[in-house]
Amino acid sequence: MNTLAQTWDWLTSSANWSGQDGVWRRLGQHLYLTSVCLAISCAIALPVALVLGHLGRGGALAVNISNAGRAVPTFAVLVLLLLSPIGTWGDWPTIVALVLFAVPPLLTNAYVGMRGVDRDVVRAARGMGMTGPQTLLGVELPLAAPLVLTGLRTAAVQLVATATVAALAGGGGLGRVITAGFQLASTPQVVAGAVLVAALALLVEGVFVAAERYAPRWAGRPAA
Amino acid sequence: MTPTPDDCLTRNEWICGAYLSSRREILWDATLQHLQLTFVSVALGLLVAVPLAVAACGRRWAAGPVLGLTTILYTIPSLAMFSILLPVYGLSASLVIAGLVLYSLTLLVRNILAGLRAVPAETRQAARGMGYGPARQLLAVELPLALPAAMAGLRIATVSAVSLVTIGAIVGFGGLGNLIYSGMNTYFRAQVLTASVLCVLIAVAADIALLGVQRALTPWTRPSRRAAA
Repeated sequence: MNTLAQTWDWLTSSANWSGQDGVWRRLGQHLYLTSVCLAISCAIALPVALVLGHLGRGGALAVNISNAGRAVPTFAVLVLLLLSPIGTWGDWPTIVALVLFAVPPLLTNAYVGMRGVDRDVVRAARGMGMTGPQTLLGVELPLAAPLVLTGLRTAAVQLVATATVAALAGGGGLGRVITAGFQLASTPQVVAGAVLVAALALLVEGVFVAAERYAPRWAGRPAA
Repeated sequence: MTPTPDDCLTRNEWICGAYLSSRREILWDATLQHLQLTFVSVALGLLVAVPLAVAACGRRWAAGPVLGLTTILYTIPSLAMFSILLPVYGLSASLVIAGLVLYSLTLLVRNILAGLRAVPAETRQAARGMGYGPARQLLAVELPLALPAAMAGLRIATVSAVSLVTIGAIVGFGGLGNLIYSGMNTYFRAQVLTASVLCVLIAVAADIALLGVQRALTPWTRPSRRAAA
């Protein structure tokens, strides 16, 4: 196919990779955006989910937040933030919109994971004289780790994919390769940008899958 | 274009009644396009997902590739998905629909498959013992029992599709997303907020409607039957 050949040419020409609008710089922005958002989302979602899961309260809340989160278009949130006073704060509208987007999967998975821990195990920990925080960190969290990791993976992959939307609102990241391609009416460049983002998303997915597979034993893998 | 000085449109306020009344037509058209795009793509997704899930459930070797492929499709970003399909469909509504169908596939196939797999073996054997052929067993026993899980997937797919349609604005077919996009470029606050709120309302309404359908279709999941009407 002609478009595919042209896309390959675009991807392999070094001129497209360097400079202000080059792929390397956009890739850096993309990774920066994604990791900052993931870190902030974890800092917000995980403590809440772990404590709620430990106490066994607020389950309906966690699940409802997650469902409502899907209904809110990230693009709309981004534009709303841009037009509000926060809009003048550089990258922050994008970061806030993406954090709002990444919190629900993290919250739900961590909560479900904590609730899924065998109650007998928790009672045994209590019987051994462990305090609440000790039980949470020493017993429940390790056992819930696989689901917490799944939530982390979902959030990370969706963040990589969704960070492209920032470009629609003039933000940085690999999405800019796509939107620039649109403005130039250059199909090869659009497809090249799409391929790059998809490859990055699959790469992140792969890294997490590998991390889960080779996680140490405390990460809750039953020692076979 | 000379509104009165005390007009909320000239002051560019977020909430503006004058906007609602003067742009009713535009809002209505965008909402209709939004509903249309969502409905068509989820319906098409369902049409493809059911056979795929049935095939993956019946033949063990088919499950891995089907699940793997749909997961990879889900990983591709929406903006990128619409652009990858651009050479095939051009700037058209079909482009947005094709992208959304591919997205809903993952959620639908996963849930329908989980529902089918949860049908107890005894139930299948009982159906066979009663002389049901494979087709009748599938239609009359397995699919109805898989319905709750399938509906859960359908609800998630629909709600996600409503919010993804907005990205279609990049090719001019984004329903309410078009209004958000143009409102962003002109700093038209009332338009952006109104369109965003409408998006969320559509998603919530669709979710509630599907919940109602689910309850109507699966009377056996309710604990006790009320007095016959």
